[in-house]
Amino acid sequence: MAIDLRTVSITPLRQTFGHLARRMGADKPASRYMEATMDLQPVENYHYRPTWEPEFDIFDQTRTKITMKDWYALKDPRQYYYGAWTLARGKMQEIAEGDFDLVDELGLAAAYPAAGKEEALKVFLPLRHVAWGSNLNKAYVSSYGYGIAISQAACYASMDQLGAAQYVSRLGLAFNDLDALAAAKTAWLEGAEWQELRRYVEDLMVEKDWYEVLIAQDFALEGLLYPLIYERYNEKLNAAYSPVFSMLTRFQREWFGETSKWMDSVLKATAADNAENKAQLAGWIKHWRERALKALQPVAVLAFGAEADAILDELVQNLNARAAKAGITL
Amino acid sequence: MDMKVAKKLGLKERYSLMTRDLAWDTTYQPMDKVFPQTTYEGIKIHDWDKWEDPFRLTMDAYWKYQAEKERKLYAILDGFNQNNGHLSVTDARYINVLKLFLGSTPPLELMAARGFSMMGRQMNGAGPRVACQMQAVDEYRHFQTQIHSISNYNKYYNGMDEFAHQQSRMWYLSDGKSFFDDAITAGPFEFMVAIGFAFEYVLTNILFVPFISGAAYNGDMAAMTVGFSAQSDEARHMTLGLECIKFMLEQDPDNLPIVQRWIDKWTWRGTRKLASVGMMMDYMLPKRIMSFKEAWEMYVEENGGALFKDLARYGITIPKCFGQTIEEKEHVTHQSWIGFYMKPQATPFHTWIPTPDEMDWLSEKYPNTFDKYYRPVLEFFDAQEKAGNRFDNKTAPMNCQVCVSTMKFNEPGDPMEMCFRESIYQGEKFHTCSDHCKEIFDNEPEKYVQTFISSHQVLQGNCEPDGTDVNAADFKPGQNMLDYWKLDKRALGDFNGSEDQKNFAAWREQATKN
Repeated sequence: MAIDLRTVSITPLRQTFGHLARRMGADKPASRYMEATMDLQPVENYHYRPTWEPEFDIFDQTRTKITMKDWYALKDPRQYYYGAWTLARGKMQEIAEGDFDLVDELGLAAAYPAAGKEEALKVFLPLRHVAWGSNLNKAYVSSYGYGIAISQAACYASMDQLGAAQYVSRLGLAFNDLDALAAAKTAWLEGAEWQELRRYVEDLMVEKDWYEVLIAQDFALEGLLYPLIYERYNEKLNAAYSPVFSMLTRFQREWFGETSKWMDSVLKATAADNAENKAQLAGWIKHWRERALKALQPVAVLAFGAEADAILDELVQNLNARAAKAGITL
Repeated sequence: MDMKVAKKLGLKERYSLMTRDLAWDTTYQPMDKVFPQTTYEGIKIHDWDKWEDPFRLTMDAYWKYQAEKERKLYAILDGFNQNNGHLSVTDARYINVLKLFLGSTPPLELMAARGFSMMGRQMNGAGPRVACQMQAVDEYRHFQTQIHSISNYNKYYNGMDEFAHQQSRMWYLSDGKSFFDDAITAGPFEFMVAIGFAFEYVLTNILFVPFISGAAYNGDMAAMTVGFSAQSDEARHMTLGLECIKFMLEQDPDNLPIVQRWIDKWTWRGTRKLASVGMMMDYMLPKRIMSFKEAWEMYVEENGGALFKDLARYGITIPKCFGQTIEEKEHVTHQSWIGFYMKPQATPFHTWIPTPDEMDWLSEKYPNTFDKYYRPVLEFFDAQEKAGNRFDNKTAPMNCQVCVSTMKFNEPGDPMEMCFRESIYQGEKFHTCSDHCKEIFDNEPEKYVQTFISSHQVLQGNCEPDGTDVNAADFKPGQNMLDYWKLDKRALGDFNGSEDQKNFAAWREQATKN
């Protein structure tokens, strides 16, 4: 049946769902992000306790030391529900695909100077395992975090890191180098430069407080690692050779720029909720920042030689500035 | 020289490089501490590398396909909403299907999202972990697109506005909640059998096909498009569930009895959960697709039967409950609809007595049972309703301690006798609705004594609106159930005479006439 839109104007009985109207303080249309996120996780009347951790409810606020009056204050400034997220990533992958195709078409990888290639792959390729660890640690946050605001953002970030690990693997393949991938795995498992970083990632795999995992993985580690490699190291290679690595790691660079906005906003909302949160966050950031620094130091030396410490110092200042902006005094 | 090694990799090797080659065995922390959940259920896995990836989708391809699907889906939803698509459904009774669906399904998809995230963290093989993570993020898609497609209906019709609040409080939503709570609180392998296999593989067609086809048959393009768009995701989920069963069975012969017990349990739990889907097919769709009985024969008896034949080589036998489900397929939908009709003050959707034409359709589809057992009841209710004496059962129901259904199903072999079972645990008596639920209870009584049954909880003062003083001298439990549920009075009771009915008629008139 066809309905003539122009003649039909029907007054709705209500603009949105009850839980959203109460949240907004008025019955007005809600965004698709709000409809897909707010107040949806069950909070009461659970039937059974988990057989795997009977000390907790299925969803339990006490799985972290952080407390919130409203867990949905941890909302995503990007407003990523599944559709918005996957459209954004769809666009990024299209661009990445174009970059990989262009490098292949023009033979840019084959033309890359041999010395530069070896130097670069040594730094980039073990990072596929770091991203894989990040995928697992973010999956922990999305599994046991409280409320859909944090669980869905962590779920998307976890899948993003699987994507990042796969893009790094493709980077190795773009240089037609399965051997380099194998060598990178050995370096990750045994090479002295990588052991503190591997220890860091593995230690997070047994950390129980999901918010602490978020701070250690997303804020402290990635907050230093991504600018170190995907910004600074790329700049160095660009200047010395050609921008091929910058092209083939565009996804990771853009991802970090976008995702750190989410992280900062979540931190700010958490710190703003109460003074104990603020102190807890400061404590965690200090602890994990020092550990991340120790873990990244040998990698930075691998990438930058004598300049490593100066660059790390600068990146730590930037990280501290992000914390300060979120209202956290270190 | 350009060696083009990359292009020589086969799909399987390449996918392996993109997933399990990324993984390593941890050494700074012991593996059993990193993955602490995969041993306590008794399932023995000797070699996680033997896992066959059920599909090979890297994230770039995933984003590409899914972004295309989302673009199309939301364009259609926007168009449907702008054009007052809700007025193009067959008749306003159909909208009650959406109310039932919104309350019962997106909240469970959400639990699937959280549950599969847990699997995506806890499985200690890289292959299953990635597959589970991908299903987790898909499940976010499903509950969100379902809410988005029904959101516009909520603006015009009653009974949908408090689904988020009601998901953990409404008595009749307890069965679905207990189903998923049970799965997610079990160990990871049982979760995979419960949700990945029994629900997503054995029973998914009987849930999805009737709902999507029902939407298509009744002019609901929004829900239909969501369903069609989800189908390719579901195909992936089905292969994951099946692979998981095969993997467990191939790893160790000791796994067989455990897996068989789970298959028996979860096929039955799923069957109980699906009674309301059947009721939708037989009673709520103005334009029907087929009867529940026919759907059960096609999707469960034939397809499911073939599946279990296929699994016989591993020693798996057809679920114990199969015989009983075949007998019950001629009864459950009628019993469920009558059950809901009798509670006009307690659901956010409307009920009605089928029209004479619809009764004749039911007689034709259920030649063995409808005229004999159920038509007389419905005609009696109809006469009473017309005489101003509408039946209203105000008593609290008795519920099954396992599936939480209200006790309303019949004794096997005797449709005139209601079925009750009981077990004694630690000196207390617990009731179940069937032999199968009793067996589930008796296997794990320490779990099922925890079940949250609102007809019990209300008497303990646990089902009161926020701020109620249950210690006040004049406190009477259960006086404020409508407030506790946030149940809109306009959404209650009979469809005939409802605001929905009047509005739909007036709006359609306005939309189609000058």
